[in-house]
Amino acid sequence: MTPVEDAVARAFREEWGQIVATLIRVTGDWDLAEECAQDAFTAALDRWRRDGVPRRPGAWLTTTARNRATDRLRRAALGAAKLRELAAMPDTTADPAEPDADDVPDDRLRLMFTCCHPALDLDAQVALTLRTLAGLSAAEIARAFLVAEPAMAKRLTRAKQKIRHAAIPYRVPPAHLLPERLPGVLAVLYLLFNEGYSASAGADPIRRDLTTEAIRLARVLDRLMPDEPEAAGLLALMLLHDSRRDARTDAAGDLVTLEHQDRGRWDRAAIAEGTRLLRGALRRGRPGPYQVQAAIAACHAEATRPQDTDWPQIAALYGRLAALVPSAVVALNRAVAVGMADGPEAGLALLDEPAVSGALRAYHLLPAARADLLRRAGRTDEAADAYRAARELAPTDAERRHLTRMIAELG
Amino acid sequence: MQYMLLIAGDETAAEHAEDGCEGWSEEMLERGVIRGGGGLRPPNEATTVRVRDAQVLLTDGPFADTKEQIGGFCLIDCKDLDEAIEIAAKHPAAGYGTIEIRPMLGP
Repeated sequence: MTPVEDAVARAFREEWGQIVATLIRVTGDWDLAEECAQDAFTAALDRWRRDGVPRRPGAWLTTTARNRATDRLRRAALGAAKLRELAAMPDTTADPAEPDADDVPDDRLRLMFTCCHPALDLDAQVALTLRTLAGLSAAEIARAFLVAEPAMAKRLTRAKQKIRHAAIPYRVPPAHLLPERLPGVLAVLYLLFNEGYSASAGADPIRRDLTTEAIRLARVLDRLMPDEPEAAGLLALMLLHDSRRDARTDAAGDLVTLEHQDRGRWDRAAIAEGTRLLRGALRRGRPGPYQVQAAIAACHAEATRPQDTDWPQIAALYGRLAALVPSAVVALNRAVAVGMADGPEAGLALLDEPAVSGALRAYHLLPAARADLLRRAGRTDEAADAYRAARELAPTDAERRHLTRMIAELG
Repeated sequence: MQYMLLIAGDETAAEHAEDGCEGWSEEMLERGVIRGGGGLRPPNEATTVRVRDAQVLLTDGPFADTKEQIGGFCLIDCKDLDEAIEIAAKHPAAGYGTIEIRPMLGP
C-alpha cells in the first residue's frame, strides 16, 4: 500500500462512521449520506496523492462529503431547508476546535441508537450498524454472516426504508427511555464481537475484522456515555476476551482450551486496560451483566497459571450473573465453575438440573462440559461417551478435532 | 406523522369490548394526537367485498380466519415512532391484545 492509500484506509476506519452520522443528521437521507461519504473517500485517493494528505483528514473528508451532498441536493432542486442547514454547518476545515466537546451530542451515538432501534429486526440492526458505523459493504457483511449478497442488500434497504417511512427518530433516546434502549445497543455490539470471536482461525479474515470493529464501536460508546457503567463493562469484557486471541488456536488452527493456553501469549496491555475499565465501572455501584461477565474474564486473566484460578470467586460471579440474566447457558457455565471450585460431582449435579439439561439438549457444549467433569471425576467411560455426543453436535471442524483429541487422551 | 393503530385480540378480547379506555382517550384527546378511531363489533358480523370481472363477490366473515382479529383502530398524529409506541403501549388493549402500528402513506 502506498502512504496515501494507507492514510485513506486509516481515515476510513476512523472517520467513516462520524461522516455518515453527521450527513444523516443534516440531510435526513441515509442513502445520500453513504454515497457522499463514499465519494469523499474516492476523491481523497486522487486529491491526497496530488496535494498531500491534509493535516486533519477527518475534517477534509467531512467537508468534501458535505459539499457533495450540497451539490446533489441542489441539482435535485429540492430540500431547500436541508440546503440551508448544510450551508449553516461550520466548516470543519477552517475550525480546528475539538468536535467532541461535551455539550455536542456525537452524531455517532445518534446513529448507534437509531441502528439498534427495537422496532428493527435484530439482524437488520446488526447489518445496519456494520454498514453505517463501521463502513463494511453489503458484500462484506453478507460474507461475515453467510448470507447471499442480494439478501443482505435487501435487508439493509428495507431497514433504511422503515426508518424513513415509520419515522424512527434519529436521536439518543431521552433519559427515561435509556434503560430500555441501551441494552439493545450493547447486545448488538456484543453479538458483533462474538460473531468474530467464535469463528475459528483460518476462517474468512473478515471475522477478525468483526471483533476489531466491535471493540472500536464499544470504545466510542464508552467514551460518549461515560456515566453508563455497562458500556465500560462491555468494552472491558471484549478486551479481556480478545486478549487471548493469539493463544486460543494452535499453529494448525485448532482451538486451545483456556487451561492449556500459553498464558505468555495473552495480550497484557489489553488485560490491563480491561481490568482498569472494569474497576472504574464497578466503582459506580450499578453492576450489570456485562460488568459481571468482565469480572469473570478478569479472574481468568489474572491467574498466572491455570491452578491459580480463583474458581470459588468465578462460581460466585456466575451465581450473580444467573440472577441478572437467567439463562441455561449461564447455568451451564456456573455448573462448570462450581465443578472446579467444589469438585466435579457438585458440577455434574448442577448440569443435570432440568433447567440446564432440558433447555440445551442440542448444544454441543453441554455434553462437552459433562465430559470434562466426568473425566475429572475419573469416570472415563462415561466421559468418552459424552465427548462423542458433543462431537456429534459440534458446529465447526476445529471443535470436532478438539473433541476427538480429548477422546484419544482418555485412552 | 400519522399512524394507524390496529388493535387486535383473540376471542377472549371480546370480554373487554365494553371496558372503555381507562382514561387513555381523555389523555390522548388532551394531547391532541387522536384523529379518529373506535371499537368494532365481532368479526363474525363482518362482510368482505371483492370485485373481480365486474362481479361483486361477498364473503361472510373477516379477511382471514386467524386467531387474532382486528377489534378496533385509532388514527393518531404524533412526532415519530417513539411517540407512537408510547401511545400504543399506554392503550389498555396492549395489556391483553396486540397493537400494530402502521405508518400512513404520506399525503
